[in-house]
This record gives sequence, structure tokens and C-alpha cells, in this order.
Amino acid sequence: MKFDKKDILGMKDLSVEEINLILETAESFLEISTREIKKVPTLRGKTIINLFYEASTRTRTSFEIAGKRLSADTINISASTSSVVKGETLIDTARNLEAMHPDIIVIRHSAAGAPHLLASLVKQSIINAGDGAHEHPTQALLDMMTIKEKKGRLKGLKIAIVGDIAHSRVARSNIYGLTKMGAEVLLAGPATMLPRDIDQMGVKVFNKIEDAIDGADVVMMLRIQLEREKQNIFPSLREYAQRYCLNRKNIALAKKDVIVMHPGPLNRGVEISPDIADDPSYSVILDQVNNGVAVRMALLYLLGGGHE
Amino acid sequence: MNLVLKGARVIDPSQKIDAPMNILIKDGKIAELGDNTDKAKRDNGSEQTKTIDVKNMIVTPGLIDMHVHLREPGFEYKETIASGCAAAVAGGFTSIACMPNTKPVNDNRSITEFIRRKAAEANLANVYPIGAISMGAEGKILTEFWDMKDAGIVAFSDDGRPLMDAALMRRALEYAHSLELPIIQHCEDTNLSAGGLMHEGYYSTILGLRGIPSLAEETMIARDILIAEYTDTKVHIAHVSTAGAVRLIREAKKRRIKITAETAPHYFTLTDESLQNYDTNLKVNPPLRSAADVAAIKEGLADGTIDALACDHAPHARTDKEVEFEYAANGISGLETSLALSLALVHEGVLAWRELIEKMSTNPARILNLSKGALVPGADADITVIDPQVKWKVSVKDFRSRGKNSPFDGRALQGRAVLTIVGGEIKYCAPSFKL
Amino acid sequence: MSQNKIKTVMDKEGIERCLTRIAYEILEKNKGIENLVLVGIRTGGVHLAERLQKKISAIEGGKIPLGILDITLYRDDLSSAKKKPRLGKTKIPFSLDNKIVVLIDDVLFTGRTIRAAMDALIDFGRPKMIQLAVLIDRGHRELPIRADFVGKNLPSSLWEAVSVNLVEKNGVDEVVIKEDN
Repeated sequence: MKFDKKDILGMKDLSVEEINLILETAESFLEISTREIKKVPTLRGKTIINLFYEASTRTRTSFEIAGKRLSADTINISASTSSVVKGETLIDTARNLEAMHPDIIVIRHSAAGAPHLLASLVKQSIINAGDGAHEHPTQALLDMMTIKEKKGRLKGLKIAIVGDIAHSRVARSNIYGLTKMGAEVLLAGPATMLPRDIDQMGVKVFNKIEDAIDGADVVMMLRIQLEREKQNIFPSLREYAQRYCLNRKNIALAKKDVIVMHPGPLNRGVEISPDIADDPSYSVILDQVNNGVAVRMALLYLLGGGHE
Repeated sequence: MNLVLKGARVIDPSQKIDAPMNILIKDGKIAELGDNTDKAKRDNGSEQTKTIDVKNMIVTPGLIDMHVHLREPGFEYKETIASGCAAAVAGGFTSIACMPNTKPVNDNRSITEFIRRKAAEANLANVYPIGAISMGAEGKILTEFWDMKDAGIVAFSDDGRPLMDAALMRRALEYAHSLELPIIQHCEDTNLSAGGLMHEGYYSTILGLRGIPSLAEETMIARDILIAEYTDTKVHIAHVSTAGAVRLIREAKKRRIKITAETAPHYFTLTDESLQNYDTNLKVNPPLRSAADVAAIKEGLADGTIDALACDHAPHARTDKEVEFEYAANGISGLETSLALSLALVHEGVLAWRELIEKMSTNPARILNLSKGALVPGADADITVIDPQVKWKVSVKDFRSRGKNSPFDGRALQGRAVLTIVGGEIKYCAPSFKL
Repeated sequence: MSQNKIKTVMDKEGIERCLTRIAYEILEKNKGIENLVLVGIRTGGVHLAERLQKKISAIEGGKIPLGILDITLYRDDLSSAKKKPRLGKTKIPFSLDNKIVVLIDDVLFTGRTIRAAMDALIDFGRPKMIQLAVLIDRGHRELPIRADFVGKNLPSSLWEAVSVNLVEKNGVDEVVIKEDN
């Protein structure tokens, strides 16, 4: 199959075939990071702009390394949404960037839909590196790659996602991706963290963590944004940790060979107990990081600035 | 110059007229209705009389939109009173009532007078200013209702900034009642809707946009119904958008509470499903709701629960809309599509012609106590001539309004105003119509 | 559409004989298997490399290392390709430093694939020498590249297509030439 997407805006838009192609391509890219010379000339002369309106060390670094290993020139722009207040709109920024002739623009933005707006404005390929509470497709792809690597498949797996689903772009992208690939997705969180009609996305929804992780092949824990405490999403971190923290006791409900994932950064002791997070027999968190570079290389390669 | 409109189907619900008739207009007033205007014309042989053939057209009392935003003073880059009035007559509206959320807010006589003066200068549609309930629409201190009434206010509203304070709402209703002026409430519990960008439901969930629950609208409607009942006053509910709201209003009317309501064309034309591309032209408040809500709005229109159609004309500049969805301004530039979108209700069989004209002329006149909306001899000759058949395509480029923010750009519609007559003068004639 | 003429230019036995000869030639030229490694180019060279590895083992005893190289990322036509070619896995699980690398492909044509392959190999280390073995050399070089070991020289015209079919992949061993439209 040929990949003919101009942009990667969300898992919602990707077909099963496209997801398979991206994952297979990413698996081929894994090897490059093991070489002495971790670089191929594929995107020589191409320019990739990482336009980040939200602070993110992890994702930005991952994209930067991915671009550099493909020999592209990568440029990081840390824009701030305060520039919006100063009158520099995303459209102004887009026009300015376009005048610099980049080939791919990677955008992270706090506003859902910002990458879609950018994609409608410029002819370059846009990769969504996370938009508000909407989607984070590269995270979902690296999660899926990691699961496939550890479990050999996605179809038929029981995958629990636990935490603040309402505010999580990682959850949404994974729900789209995993359900498309035939996995069974179970969500858990207090009702205040479960957005309305989420069950219509084809997932099972629980309020108790135990119900979701019972018999699970994979448990994905979401980061709790500490500031949500003040918004009455939950009464206190203490109470949240007591009810929703993944620990030695509740993980025993999952399958014996369960793997534990987290998009990072971790709040150890809040959503995940330190002994689980740091136990290599459960935790695949560092594999996720490694696969992240490969997935992003795959996307940069597949979008990679061919001429019309 | 006198005018004769000849050969149309005249629909005037206020007089229960729906018949082929001619209309004679003299000195800016309706002179005569009937099938004998040729005789009337001969009787006035000394004066110049122009006869306009309006065969196959529908002639109605001038349409009235009781909920528009003209932006002037303060936001002239979005719209001016003159450009808004030009849009109104192009949309078939002879009278409009404008909301007070200008800058400064229309919370005193001088702003009211300014608006009326500008409207008189524009000399297109009749403009009826709506005054703010509270100073600066801040929901704290009542404005000078009497003084503003004297200056020409026809209703009070803090539109867009609902009165969260129930005690203030009670006082406003009681005080306005003594002036025999209605209070118009934008019903939204702003605690429940805080940060909301679209209707809360499946689509807000998948789009990752903070939801505005239908609950936010309905709790305030329920509260205001209770206050209106307790104080035995009149309240008008602006832009009803939810099934629950329709149900609450229907029940209140059954209990003879003095409540009236309006809705806007987008609430029976579009659903939240259409937001999937983050098109900011679809961002309105209240937000586009679910398909079930759209069905309920149509029912509410059909059974009379919803009295009026008002487009909530909210013009914005390109820069207000070409931004991230979160930062985009709310609103649709609606005056020039309102009639055609509403006519779809007639084509679909939701409303009869009579009912449509009631909601677009008779009832708004009644709610705002205007001596409009009736084709009776002696009344101002405010008349809209509608071509119910003509097929056309919306093009925002052709809008008279400065606000090109319409999600209906490019949409094929059927029927439109071809002639808009205000005070006996032709203020708008569609390019397709031969005088 | 004209009928495409398909002509078999080498059969199973022919391929076997060529590979056996190439195996001997490799050993002769390099005086044994010391420091010798084979790298098959995806996709056409992989199975040939595996066969050569077996033949060399059979003659000389001992097993020489075999790698697989995907040259896609080194192609010189990527930036003009609107759709990206599918990427295969590269597996070279040994060091190339000071090794004699025998690159193996099925058909040598313009030489561009070999150029890409050599660039890729250099990224893995500094081989002592790179040699090239191909089953078919059909001419039409666009780069100054020649093969060290050739199964058969097959003069062809540019509108002909040469395919090497192997049992492992196509169920039959044969080399065919056909007229392309």
C-alpha cells in the first residue's frame, strides 16, 4: 500500500492499513538507533520545524532526534500562547514559517484543532504532536508499537487506560488506534474524569480501577495534572492515589505477563507506585521512549517532502 | 410616489389574511388592501403611482428580527449600524432590535440616542435598541429603565452575559414590568458552562473541546420561569437551543406563565456533528446541539412553544474567526440567510406559511410592543416581498454585512426576499427581481 | 496492448551452476573465508546471499557471517518520489570494520542501487574491501561501477525487463526477460 496522507492530525483519520504500514516502517527504523553512526541521508536538505506552543521536553526531543537521524535540518520554535495576546496569531506565524520553506511542520498546541487550522493554511505536511485534549497520534503509535513488540499483536488484547480520560489526548488517540486494530479498551476513572458519551467510542467504562485492569494484557496509566485538584475534578491527590494508583496489590488482578505503560512524565506515588513504575518485569516505559523515536522517524520518512 | 404591489399572495397572520390581493401604498403608509387597487390608482390620478408586478411572490408584513448585534459603537470593524441595516433589508427585514453589548454598553440614554441617530442616518431598516439590564452588563446595578425607555428602548437584556444573580433577575423583571417592557434573557448558567466551547456530548468528547452542557441553558430557564411565575412578570428567552428548554417553556406556557421564546435558524439547521473540522464559523453560544435537540426545536416551533425566529446576527471580522477554535469569537452573521434557512421549515412541512410569518413578523412585534407586523390601512408601509421559488447560493462575498462569518457559505437555498419596503420606500431589490 | 514476449534465459540448473562458480571465485579471489562477510541487498539479493553462504560453507567448512541490507533510505530518487517506497529491515549484526564485504544482488543494471548500498555499508564501519557479486549483469550502467563476480552477462535493451525468480520467493528458479510496453 502507498501512504498518501499529507498530514498526520489524528488516529481518527488513519486506516488500519496505514497504521500497519507506519508500525512496520517504524520497526525497520529501530535498527538505525543501534548503529554506531545513527544517521541515514534520507531527508538530507529537508527542513523540519518543531513548533511548540506548549512546553514538552520529551516529545520535542524525540522529534528532533528523529529528524536529525534522517539528516533533516530540524529547527525548534518555542512559541508561547502569550504571543496570541500580543496579536501574533497562529496564522501570522504559519505564513512566516511558510516563507522559510520548511518541508514538515510538527506542532504542539494547547488548543484542540490548532494543527487542523495550520494544515488548512499551509501546503507543508503537518504532524500533530499533541493538541489540547484532542489527539496525540505519535504517542498512540509508539504505544501501539510497544504493545505489538511485547505481545506480538494488538488484536484481541485487553487494554486498560486509567486516569483523567477527559483531559487526555493520549487516551483519545489510543482509543481510536487500539479499537481500530481490534483490541478491547477498558477505561477507568472517577466520573468527573470520564467525558460524556465516551462509551460511544467503543470502549467499556468503569469507575473502579480494579474492574478495568481485571485480566488486562496492558495497563496504561495517565498522568494526573496536579492543578486539576483545584477544579474539583477530584478532592485531593491523597484520595486519588488511594483509589486509582496502580500498585502491587491491584496489578495482581491483571494477566501474569501484563505490561505497564505511561506516557510520562510520571507522578510516582499518585497514579503509579514507584515499585511498579521502576520494575522492568512490568514497566515498558523506556521502550516507549525508544520506540517513540522510531515512530517519528517513520512518519517523517513517509511524509518526507517528496515533490509533486 | 405611490406604489401598487400587484398580483401577489398576501399573508398577514395578524388579520388572518392569506389571499391574492393588491396593496396600495400612499405617503409611506398602507392605503388599501384588496383586489381593486387599480380603481384606487385611478382615483389618485393626479399623483405618480408605480405599479410593481409581484405575481408568484408572497407579500408579508415587513419581517422583524428581534435579536441582532450591530456592533456600533465600539466594534465598527465588525459591523456598523449602516452595514447591519443594509444586511437587514437585503435579508428581508424591515425592523431589527439590536442588543446592547457594544462598547460602551448601551446602558444609558446617550448610547441609545446615538444608535437611533445612526440608524436614522442609514435610513434603511427600523432599528429598535435594546438596553442593558445592568450597568455595563456587569450584573450588579440596574440601569435607568425609565430614562432609556424614553430614549427609545424596546426591551432590556444583558445578552451574552446572563444574570447569574437570581435576586437581580427578580428585581429587573419586577421593575421592567412596571414599564411594560420585556426582559430578554440569554439563559446560561456560566458556572456550568465555564470554559465551554461547544455542546457537551459525543462530539465534544472526541474533539477534546470543553463542553457546554444543555443543563447550563435549562437550569437558568427553569429558574427564570419560576421567577416570572412568582412575580407575575414577562420574560423572553433568547435563542432556545435544547430539547429540555423547549419542554420547560412548553410546560410553563401550559401553566399560563408569561413566557415567550425565540430560536435562531442555525439551531434547527445544524448539529454539533458539523464541528468535526473545527470550523470556527460554527462556533456560537449557545452552541450547536445534537440531532435530538434540532428535532425538538422544530417541534417547539411547530406547536407554538417557540414564538419567534431571530437570527442572533453576530458579525465578526475575519481575524476574530481565523484563529484556534478556543480563541475564536462566538457568532454567525445571519441576517442575509435567516429567511431562506427558515423557509426550509415551510418546504419541509414543519411550519405553514402563516406560522412562519407569525414567527418572523407578527410575534416579534407583539413581544416588543411594536406597532408593526400588520398590513392594515394607516400602518407604516413596511413590507417584504418573498420569492419562494428562487434557488440561490449563499456567497459571503456578496454579504452587505461586514461580518462574513457564515457557516452557510456556498450552501444552496431556496427562496429569498426580493423586495424590502420600509415606510413605503424600496430599500432593497434583489438583482434577480425586475421592478 | 502488444503481447509481452517472455523468454527464459536461465533455468534452475543454470542458476545453480552460476552460484557454484561464483562461490569458488569468491574463495579463490579472497584466498579463503578469513574476514569474509556476505551482505545481500533487499530484496533480490537476500536469497542469493543465503545460497552462496551455504555453498561456501559446503566447500570450505565453517559459516561466514551473512547480513541483509535495505538500501531504501540511501536511494537518490527519494526526494522526487511522491510516495515513499516501503522500508525493509536491515540486519547486519556484526562489525564490518576491516572485513571483506561481498555485496550480493540479483541484477546489476544502472549501478544506482550499488552506490546506495556502498554508502550504507560505510555507515556501518570501515570495511577493508567491498566486492560485488551479481547473478545477471544486463548493462546500461549510469555510474562507474562494475561487478567482481558475474553469473551471466545478459545484453538487454532498455525496454526489456529482467527478472530473477527464486524458489524461496517465487516458487521457481529461473531468469526471464520480457518486453515492457
